[in-house]
Amino acid sequence: MSRTRYTRHLPAAVVAAGLALALAACGGSSTSADGTAPSAAADQLNPNADLSKQSLTMSIWPDYSPKDLPQQVQQKLGFPLKVALHDTNEMAMAKLTANADSGVDVAFVSGQYAQALNEQGLLEPLHPELIPNLANLYPEAAQLSFDKGNKFSVPYTWGTTGICYRSDLVKTPPTSWNDLLTPAPELKGKVTMMTTERWLALPALKVMGASINTTDDKQLGQAKEMLVKAKDAGMLYDDTTFGAKLDKGEAALVEAWDGWCPTTNPKIKFVVPKEGSDLWSDTMVIMKTSKNKEAAHAFINYILDPAVHSWVAENILYKVPNKAAMDLFAKNNKAMLDSNAPLQMTPAELLKGESIVDLGEASTKYTRLATEISANQ
Amino acid sequence: MTTEHDIAPPGAAARPTTGRAPRRPRALGGAAARLAFLGPGIGYLIVLLIVPLALIVGYTVFRRGRFGGVVYEATTENFTRLFDPLYFDIVVSSVRTATLTTLIALLIGYPTAYVIAGLPRKWKTIALVAIVLPFWTNFLIRVYAWVILLSGPGLVNETLTGAGLIDEPLQLLYNQGTIVTGLLYSYLPLMVLPLYAAIERLDPQLREASANLGARPVRTFWSVTLPLTLPGVLTGCVFVFVPCLGNFVIPEILGGGRSIMVGNLIRDQFLKARDWPFGSTLALAVIAVLVLLLFVQAWAARINGGAEDRRA
Amino acid sequence: MPRRRLIYVPFWATYVFLYTPIVVLVVMSFNAGKSPYVFEGVSLKWYGELAGDDTVLHGLVNTLIVAAGSTVLSTVLGTLLAVGMARHSRSRLLDALGLLPAVLPDLVLAIGLLVFYAAVKMTLGLHSVILAHTVFGLAFVAAVVRTRLVHADTSLEEASRDLGASPLTTFVRITLPTLAPGIAAGALLAFTLSLDEFVIAFFTAAPTEPTLPIVIYSMVRFGVTPEINALATILLAVSFTVIIVAQRMTRLTESLS
Repeated sequence: MSRTRYTRHLPAAVVAAGLALALAACGGSSTSADGTAPSAAADQLNPNADLSKQSLTMSIWPDYSPKDLPQQVQQKLGFPLKVALHDTNEMAMAKLTANADSGVDVAFVSGQYAQALNEQGLLEPLHPELIPNLANLYPEAAQLSFDKGNKFSVPYTWGTTGICYRSDLVKTPPTSWNDLLTPAPELKGKVTMMTTERWLALPALKVMGASINTTDDKQLGQAKEMLVKAKDAGMLYDDTTFGAKLDKGEAALVEAWDGWCPTTNPKIKFVVPKEGSDLWSDTMVIMKTSKNKEAAHAFINYILDPAVHSWVAENILYKVPNKAAMDLFAKNNKAMLDSNAPLQMTPAELLKGESIVDLGEASTKYTRLATEISANQ
Repeated sequence: MTTEHDIAPPGAAARPTTGRAPRRPRALGGAAARLAFLGPGIGYLIVLLIVPLALIVGYTVFRRGRFGGVVYEATTENFTRLFDPLYFDIVVSSVRTATLTTLIALLIGYPTAYVIAGLPRKWKTIALVAIVLPFWTNFLIRVYAWVILLSGPGLVNETLTGAGLIDEPLQLLYNQGTIVTGLLYSYLPLMVLPLYAAIERLDPQLREASANLGARPVRTFWSVTLPLTLPGVLTGCVFVFVPCLGNFVIPEILGGGRSIMVGNLIRDQFLKARDWPFGSTLALAVIAVLVLLLFVQAWAARINGGAEDRRA
Repeated sequence: MPRRRLIYVPFWATYVFLYTPIVVLVVMSFNAGKSPYVFEGVSLKWYGELAGDDTVLHGLVNTLIVAAGSTVLSTVLGTLLAVGMARHSRSRLLDALGLLPAVLPDLVLAIGLLVFYAAVKMTLGLHSVILAHTVFGLAFVAAVVRTRLVHADTSLEEASRDLGASPLTTFVRITLPTLAPGIAAGALLAFTLSLDEFVIAFFTAAPTEPTLPIVIYSMVRFGVTPEINALATILLAVSFTVIIVAQRMTRLTESLS
């Protein structure tokens, strides 16, 4: 008899204890989180703070910054830098928004994601007086529609999306997004598009002459039809390895960000289709939860140094919105610049592209569109 | 605190009992000992398993926060969305893919386990280790190996063209079949092992008796071997079906964005769409399918119980 | 007897199926060229690259810390639970609870923990992965130890108790030594599972502290093939050695006892 009593009651007692524990944990930390509640007000920062007492963690894409950047920062700025890697904007967002403190001070994310983070109250407004090197930027860099005036983000790179192709494998060079969506029959199985939802929709929306920020259901429905047709005709999807596939000849024609189009291979060319494209920018933002905000500003200022920032153009062939850095790059790498059409685009040309902005609630429409495309068999 | 066992004579454990399992002596102390042994583990599982699962279940009735998390407003919209054909079809096709993989695994795994069980002791060990060994290198790399094997210029296409069977490389990657191959490859050992355990325990005399009574091998298999190994079959099926259903890595690597499973959908709700309530609802749907499966397993095991009892 | 022969077809097919990709990985890891398809000569180049890859090394160190931490926790909690379940409880609910982590899809556990950590506002790090891996680790340790307990002779424990030993003394001096092989096997299983676990780590690790499978996932997505092959080969070689050593050791303990 007593046996039954124990086995019935013990689990119940432990359940109660466990729940109490969990609740205590919830209650305890929610009070401590009050201090980090979202607010638009900027912290008071000390321009003379002793940076050697701080340390910095940044989150960035793989191979998107110099390998020895931590050593450089330690040497030049006097504080340690830790590098966290994220594969995609979504991964960065998931980690930055899931928990009260992600441990990240400076994050590198694309413009529309920076905008979303800011609307959520997760970003520290920038203190321009702590970033004198902002003066190195092109005036156009302050006109990006997701953050006019660089209030919470500093662009690290910018560029556009287009078609990257093997000139030896295509019969006629592509000029329109239609060449991607309805490719010539001999290219079957060798054409890829990106799956990240906004860039998945971009070619179809541009063909229709619609805005790439449209939230109109009719337009999105039309875009879906075009994309489903493209899939039925054998479209493949790739966000990360299309450059390598072109290089090996496994792909012949792909939707690509300009900097990821490996034009170092003379057979590979890049074109912005006649219907137009986007203007994307990967930016640096400072998290509100950072306890090293002075160091974060010093770090961003260091990146904007022409000698440092031009590394990006030299090594990953992305344009940087930094006039001083691009001038330095042009001086030192004339041959590379001459052979690389995407790198020659001017800020004025880039600004013709439409910036992708965060759409708030309506962004779920694009998520649904992407799901519809991948679920379609 | 005394229990009846504290006053029971020491030799009580040796007495035959009516229960199915050997009697568990409970003579190591009273409630204090029980709490000391059971408390930490149960407490741990409650805080880090039951509470998280309860959160998932709880979140299904709330609205999504604009930037993730939840807004505590009750709603049924997550369940309405679950039955939206777009999502429901993905759930159904995932169940279909997992079922197909499980069946193929059973068809290949059963004869394999059967042969292993009949091997001489030394070879048996080697054969079993060889089944488990692939598990010891990284799962993601093993799946990725199939990309290399099946791609246009990969080994499979090279072999087929070399043998003159095809002229043009086939598009073997990035379809439903590739995903099934990847799933099968990853979880086949989980089918073979329980089947082996079941077949190994089988009394060879039973089969001999059946043969002596004039039954043909096929009949012996259907009427003796298979029913007796059914528990192993069911365990193997559960072991394979469960990880297949919740998988998102294999469809991602081998599906090339052209096919997705419910696992991808759940992952995307948490990492891309930041819609935790709907992601939780999809997870609940997966749990529901599995609970159903476990009920079927228990039911089948009970029907088969007669055979089990005779053996015990 | 064609039917007898026929059964060997799926048998061999299974092994060919399981090992073809692995052979390809190992062979291509020694490829001098960068192509994943064409073998251009033997070279250890990719092993060199791998040794100099800080991201991989960082991931490896993190994985070992997580595996060690969660194995210790799992072993302690799992052993206690197994003894408790075998000796102090007949609750079927408890049996089910102990089995739950093993039958739950990893993705469900992963998102559950993600949501839980967010709800209690816990900062992610290696500790969050250790806690997560312990959930299934302790279940497997408990299962393995219990199998051993069911078959173990209980008369020694009873004798010890009858001679006036406290429950603690009995547990430490009698039960634990009897269970040692089971505990070791359970610990090894927990360690192995943690080492290769991706999904739960993916959701519960801090962005600054990825485990090796997370690093590998990123490599796979970015298609860094030859280096991946070298890594796979090393992992395989290490596992193989561990299996052989473990086998020798069990044989040794068996012959001793």
